[in-house]
Formats: sequence, C-alpha cells, structure tokens
Amino acid sequence: MTRRIILDRAIADDLWQLIPAGDAVPAGGKIIVPLAAWLAGHAALSARGGQVGVWLKPDDEPGLLARDVARLPLIAVQFPQFTDGRGYSIARLLRERFGYRGELRAFGDVLRDQIFYMASVGFNAFALKDGKSLEEALSAFEDFFEAYQTSVARPVPYYRRRLGGAPA
Amino acid sequence: MYRYEPLDQALVDQRVRQFRDQTRRYLAGELGEEEFRPLRLQNGLYIQRHAPMLRVAIPYGMLSARQLRMLAHIARTYDRGYGHFTTRQNIQFNWPRLEAVPDILAELATVEMHAIQTSGNCIRNTTSDQFAGVAHDEIVDPRPYCELIRQWSTFHPEFAFLPRKFKIAVSSSIEDRAATFVHDIGLHILKNAAGEIGARVIVGGGLGRTPVIGAVIREFLPRAELINYLDAILRVYNRHGRRDNKYKARIKILVRQLSPEKFAAEVEAEWAHLKGGPAVVPEEEFARLEASFVPPAYEAPADTDATFERHRHDDRAFARWVQQNTFGHKVPGYAAVTLSLKKPGVPPGDATAAQIDTVADLAERYSFGEVRVSHEQNLILADVRKSDLFALWQAASKADLASANIGLITNIICCPGGDFCALANAKSIPIAAAIQSRFEDLDYEHDLGPIDLNISGCINSCGHHHVGHIGILGVDKDGSEWYQVTLGGAQGLDAALGKVIGRSFAADEVADVVARIVEAYVEARHVQNEEVEPFIDTVRRIGLEPFRARVYGTPELKVA
Ligand code: SF4
Repeated sequence: MTRRIILDRAIADDLWQLIPAGDAVPAGGKIIVPLAAWLAGHAALSARGGQVGVWLKPDDEPGLLARDVARLPLIAVQFPQFTDGRGYSIARLLRERFGYRGELRAFGDVLRDQIFYMASVGFNAFALKDGKSLEEALSAFEDFFEAYQTSVARPVPYYRRRLGGAPA
Repeated sequence: MYRYEPLDQALVDQRVRQFRDQTRRYLAGELGEEEFRPLRLQNGLYIQRHAPMLRVAIPYGMLSARQLRMLAHIARTYDRGYGHFTTRQNIQFNWPRLEAVPDILAELATVEMHAIQTSGNCIRNTTSDQFAGVAHDEIVDPRPYCELIRQWSTFHPEFAFLPRKFKIAVSSSIEDRAATFVHDIGLHILKNAAGEIGARVIVGGGLGRTPVIGAVIREFLPRAELINYLDAILRVYNRHGRRDNKYKARIKILVRQLSPEKFAAEVEAEWAHLKGGPAVVPEEEFARLEASFVPPAYEAPADTDATFERHRHDDRAFARWVQQNTFGHKVPGYAAVTLSLKKPGVPPGDATAAQIDTVADLAERYSFGEVRVSHEQNLILADVRKSDLFALWQAASKADLASANIGLITNIICCPGGDFCALANAKSIPIAAAIQSRFEDLDYEHDLGPIDLNISGCINSCGHHHVGHIGILGVDKDGSEWYQVTLGGAQGLDAALGKVIGRSFAADEVADVVARIVEAYVEARHVQNEEVEPFIDTVRRIGLEPFRARVYGTPELKVA
C-alpha cells in the first residue's frame, strides 16, 4: 500500500522513497537521500533515472544546499523527536535565506499538534508518524488564524501589517 | 496598562479551544502521556507532588483589579482558596483538577489572562521591574518593550521546542530590580549619547546547577532592531544549544562553551541577515505600545501631607512600615507601596482568595485599580497618594498584608519546596517559618537593616538562593533533608553569586545558623555616626572566614 502524506493541506500519495543513511541507492524512482550522500555524489545522483531529493538531520547545515535549492524538487527535514525544535530553524533558513521553493517535508516524529507551527515556518508536506490519522491532522492548519511574528507563512509581522499598505 | 486588541483576545481564545481539544484527546487516550506533556506544560500545567499545578502568567507583573478578582475566584472555585505568587511574576494554583484546566483557562481569557508558555522548553513570561513607570530612577518605561516581547514570544513558531526553558527580563532604571544578569536574556532599555532609545543586551545568565552572571554581548541595540536581534539570539541557541543533556541545555552553557565573544559573533552574523528586514519594529508600533502605558491622571498633591507626617510621628509601627514598604515615586506627593506577602508563619508568596480580593479593593480605592507583582513575591500598589498611606496601612494591616519587612531578613524569597514540588530535595516553607520566628523581634530585625534571604528546595533554584545575601539550598544526603548555606550573593547591578560556607545542616539547625551569621555581622559591622554598614558590604569586606568560624566553631550543631 502506498504511504500517504499531507501535501499542500490535502492528503496525497507519497511518491518518494526515503533512503536511510548508508543504504544503497536504487537505480530508478524518486528518492530522498541523506545530505552526506548528496554532497558526496550529486553529479552521479542527478544523472540517474529518477528525481532526487535530500533529507537533513537536525544538526545538518542547510547552508550546504544553498547552491542546489533551485534544482531540488524536495527537501525533507527529520524530526527524531517532536520536541527537537532544530528543524523549525532549518525550514526558515531554507525558505527565507536560501530561497527554496520546492516541497519541504517534515518526517519522523511528526504529530498533529505541531503542524500549525511547522506550516508557519515553511513546511508544506508532512509525513506523519506511523499510526497517526491524516484526516484529523488536517484540522491543525486551523488551530490559529493569525500570528504576531514574521514567518514563512506571514513574511510581514503583524505590527507592520496592521499599519496597512506600508511596505516592509 | 495594556488592554487586549481583538487579535490578542482571538489568539488567547483560540489557544483555549486548542488546549480543550488536546485535553479531551488525552483523556480519551488518543494522545499519549509523552505527546501530551509538552502541550500541557506550554499551557502552564505541571504535574507535581500532590496534584497538577497551574502556573498563570502575569506579564511583566501587571494586574488590574478585575484580573485579581478573577484569580481569587479561581482560587476559590478550582483550588483550595489560595494562590502562590512566584519569583517570576506568575501565580501558581496547587490543586486544580486536570479536567478543569480548560475551563480555568477559559475563565482567565475573559479577563485577558492566560497560562501560555509558563512552563516547558519555550520562551517564558517576560519579567520586569515591579516599579516600572513610577520609579524615581527610571530612564524609560520598560513595559512597552515587555509587551512587544510578550507578543513576539507568544506562539513563536520557530522557538516552541528549544533545548530548554528560556527567560527574558527587562529593566530600565539606575538600579536593576529585574534580576537581568541572571536571565537567559537580560535587557536594559537605555538612551545613547544622541538620546536614541535602545537596549544593552545581556545573555547567558542563570541560576540552577551552574549559576552564571550574564555577559553583555551588545552595549547598544537600536530599538527598531530589538526583534531581529532576539530572533538571531534564539536561532543560534535553538540550532546549537545542547540537547543531549538537560543539565547542559540552557543558553548559559552554550555561551560559556563558545565564550561570550564567540557567541556574540555568531549572533551578530545571524543578525546581519535579518537587520533591516521585515521584523524591524516601526516607530508607530512603539507609539501604540507606549500609549498603553500613559501615566494615570495624577492629582498634584503637595509632596508631603500634614496628616501623614503627624501619623508618622505618632505611630511607630506606621512609620516603620512607611520606611520599609514605600518606594520613591517620580511624582511628588505619591509613593509606591509594597503589600507584604511575607507575614511570618505564612508560606512566602501565598495569598488567600480573601486577601486577593482585598488587594483588588485597595487598588481601586487608592491606586487607579492596578497592582504589580514583584519577583520578591509581594504585591505593589504603585500610585498611592501620601495622604492616603495611613488609611491604606490600616486596611492592609487588617488583611495581614502590612508586615513592615520589605528588604529585611523576614522578607524571604522562597520556592514551594518539598511540601508541593516533586523535584524538591527538601522542604523550604518550614525553614522560612523557623527563620521568620527567630527574627520576630521587630526592633532587632530593623536594626539589622537590609538582608536578602533566599531559599530553594533544590538546585533548580526557583528561590534564587544564589543571589540571596544569605542563600539556603535544600540538598539530599542519603535520603534525608539537609541545607547548604551560601553567603555574599546579590541581585541588581552588582549581582554576585553566593559562596558555600561549608558543610550542610539539618532542618532544625538552619535558623540557629542564620542567627549566628547575623550575630557575627552585628559584631563586625562598621558604624559611623548614623551610618551602619549593610550586611552585604560587611560580608564583602571581611570575607567568609569570620562567619564560618562563628557557625562551625561551636560544636553543638550537627553538620553533615
Ligand atoms: S527550587 Fe526545586 S524544590 Fe523549589 S520549586 Fe524549584 S524545583 Fe521545586
């Protein structure tokens, strides 16, 4: 059975295969490789049949992908525990500093109650922890309808937006 | 004080709805214990020794009479009729039922209050000077900056899961009454030579297992960049703070491990990307926030009042209370009054529902309906006419709120300790009571002058024992409760960490030990004309040895 994820606020089939660190890369299909594997051989990876995305551990440096963001269709960020908040900063850096526009996916210990914040910092795809209901998680986007801060979802903070019209 | 705008109210209401649903899912078994834990913590709900504890935020210490009455109502309806004011401008209720917490939060929301981020590994309630806006030595009113930080830190999507808790304190006066050097971030709002307002930024202070005095990483940050700079600090910490060991996860460890200079360089590098960006705070926003804190409509009474002076002359107890419990106000004819929650024998910082209601009444009658909470766990009426002081004192005395001990040894800062807290090594409340009863003689207490005595029931240091002139720490030795004593700590601009005097003591000896320390001080202090050398100055001058000799030199104390 195909695994399903939340993508752009809807339930979708997951068309990607996540390659754990150290595993061999299959010849075909859409794969997500560890950052180290990408850095070690992206010429060869790009030359193979299917599309390639990259996944980051919480302590990986997203700046290492700065020159690749335009050609990567997917970047995934691992949450080993949902209480490990480093991935939130990684997401903002990828989106805001490095201008990444493709699919940004959270995977690992990804739970309904963190999705609102994750979406705020730029994730648009969520591979929930096994056994968690995607249908129920969809309501998380509605937890709050506004926020004070600057974020990917709201690039201009409320204290500037409330002034109306004024450019940031 | 700041009143909620529709957005502020909507966010708090949505938070209540969200937590109600999370509680429901938890009780239905859909959310596991571990999954629910950070969610409840970030809504103020902590499971402790006897029952859940709910910690409600009092942002930078400001409360209206209406909010106080709500706190009294909650204490009566959902708790056992009292609340505990903490050292970080929060109030804790010790006995709510978990099932009732969403209802409590909904009630709080009706008076613009909440328990958001009062626990957990996130940015906590921002604290400030309890005399903000009225202090005679104030540079600018820090509260607009506190409110800006409150909004920025509330539901910050990037920083909800930090390595560890994160506390910010703001001060803007000659003296530092907000303990800014022992916070994760301390801010001094000040003016530069050109008269522009900005902030001195201190990071990496903290108490606990590894007490550290914070380091200044920037002398002047223009106020428009405040949020960008805070984002930069938090991002460096969120990404690089240790997560493998909770005892090494506070920002102070990262700052120390990198060195303050290196840490500052990382922050500046991050800030360089954010500087001038969308989060620059516009002048209009400062103007809006400042408008929330315009001074009340002061009358222009004479600086002194004949009746007040007569009472002060005739009534020694009143005179003493005026001396200890009032604070210089920037408007002549007014004073800021501290209502003491340190009546000997009552757990420090505890107030009954009836007392809280009384304070609300007194605030309305004498102080424009507003109250502040201090980190020393007392309540302040900030704007009282001197001509009203006598009547206020009489009313406060009836409600047991007029102990004339502010700044004195019985104004003990004390955590809940082993009577309530699951983390405690030892009880702290009975120790406070024993010390207070030892210094019951008011003349003696007043003769001793200013002494800060702080008690923590364990190394988490909620009672800030490291910065007490006399600090007492509960420690566990072979399963029994012992107490370690430190001397020479101080808060404020010359903040210092106390040094341990030696081996620990049993509970029933602590009051004796304190009495001996104080005797040694009285013998050693310099007295010139009317000038008496304060306790902390004597400790700094003569060092610990004379105190050690006095405490350990006599054999009948059992030390461990
Ligand atoms: S210092 Fe320790 S005992 Fe006291 S409240 Fe804090 S955690 Fe509990």
